[in-house]
Amino acid sequence: MTKTPLQFRHNGRDVAVFVDGGVNLLVALRELIGDMTPKFGCGQGGCGACSVLIDGELHLSCLTLAETVNGRTVETLDGLKDGPNLHPLQRAFMEQFAAQCGYCTPGMLMAAKALLDRNPSPTRAEVIEAISGNICRCTGYEPIINAVLTAATSGRARA
Amino acid sequence: MPVTVKTFSTFGEAASALSSDRSARYLGGGTLVMRALNEGDVSISTVVRATDTALSRIDVASSRVTIGAGVTFARILAERDLAFLHASARSIGGPAVRNMGTVGGNLFAPNPYGDFTVALLALDATVSVQGGLGAREMPIEEFLQSRERQSGALVLAVSCQRPASADAFRYRKIARIKPKGGSVITLAAHLPVSGGRVSGARIALGSMAATQIRARAAERALEGRPLDDSAISAAAAAAAEGVSPTDNALGSAWYRREIVGVHLRRLLSGLE
Repeated sequence: MTKTPLQFRHNGRDVAVFVDGGVNLLVALRELIGDMTPKFGCGQGGCGACSVLIDGELHLSCLTLAETVNGRTVETLDGLKDGPNLHPLQRAFMEQFAAQCGYCTPGMLMAAKALLDRNPSPTRAEVIEAISGNICRCTGYEPIINAVLTAATSGRARA
Repeated sequence: MPVTVKTFSTFGEAASALSSDRSARYLGGGTLVMRALNEGDVSISTVVRATDTALSRIDVASSRVTIGAGVTFARILAERDLAFLHASARSIGGPAVRNMGTVGGNLFAPNPYGDFTVALLALDATVSVQGGLGAREMPIEEFLQSRERQSGALVLAVSCQRPASADAFRYRKIARIKPKGGSVITLAAHLPVSGGRVSGARIALGSMAATQIRARAAERALEGRPLDDSAISAAAAAAAEGVSPTDNALGSAWYRREIVGVHLRRLLSGLE
C-alpha cells in the first residue's frame, strides 16, 4: 500500500509526513509527529478526548481522515502555551483543580479555546454547551466550567 | 488495515467511483465512515471523497430550501433562513460533531442516531441521488426504505418546503445525556393548518424502527381536525401503532412504546 504525503501547519510549525490510507489525524499526530497531547478515548467521536482545532474549528481528530488536513492548520494542546507561559485556560484549570486524572483535559481545553476564540465572554450555559461533546469521568464538570469562566474573565482583564 | 483513498474534484467522478466498487464508502464528515474504519470494518477497502463545492451549497428560495449533502450541522445553525431546522441540528452531538457531521451522512446514520433525518422525514424532503445510471430525485421515505441498497449511490442534496409558520414544525429529541446523547426517541411533526384544521400532517419518529418512520396512525388521528385536546389525545393513543423499536443501552423496546405517546402529546401540545 503506497503512502500519501501530507503537509500541514501544526501549532505554528510546518510538518510533512507520509500516511497510510485511512489513517486518522489522531494517529498521525501521536505516532508520526509525536504530539501526544490529543488522547485516544473511544475512537467513535463520543468522548472528545482527541479534540483539536482545524483551521480554528473544533474537530475530533479520531474521526478526521488525516489526508483531509493537507494544507490546513491544526492546533493541539501542545501549542496552547506561549513559551514558558501557560495559556489563561491552562492556568485556570490548574488553579481551579479542573483536572484530576487529566485524560479529558486536552480535549476540554481545546473545546474551551474554540469557545473563547469565538466568544470571549461566554455565559455559563454557553460554556456547558461548548464542552458538551467532552466526557469527564473523574474531575466532575463544575470545576471545569468554573475554570473556563475564570479564564474568560482573566482574558478580558489582560486585553 | 490500510484503505485506498480516492479524492475527486467533481461529484460525478466520485459517484462513478462509488458505484463501481462495492467495498467503497463515501466519506463526508467522517463521523460514520471513520468510526467504522477505527473499529476495523474490513468491508471498506476504498474511501471516496469529493471536494466539489456544489455539495456544500445551501439554496434558499421563498418556499423551498435545498441543502447540499456536505453541509454540516454547524453551518445549518449559522444560517438564519434555516431557523426551522436549528433545533434538529442543535440536538446532534457536541460542537465538534456538529462541525463535522453532514446532512447527507445523517441519512445513513443508524439508530440511535440520524435525528436530523427525522426532521427531514416530517418535512417530506426529497433526496437527490447520483448513481451509476445518473441523477434522480426520490422521496425521503423511499430513500430510507431502500437505505441499505443506497451505499453505492452518492447523495447530492436534500430539499424540502419551508414550514408556513414556526408553529407548524415541531421537533423533540428524548435523550438520557443532554445535549449530546443518542436518541431514546426522536419526534418531528409538520402540522399545516387550513381553516383552523390540520391538513396534511406528517409525524416522523426516530429510534422506533430499523430506520426513521412515519407515525401514520397518529397522522390520521389529526387529519381534518383542529389541534385540540381531543385530537392530540387520539394521536398520542395511536403513536405506537406500526412501530418496531429494538432494545439498546438507552432504552428497551417496551419503554420506547410506553413513552412515545407521552412525548407526542407534549410535542403536539407545545409543552417543553
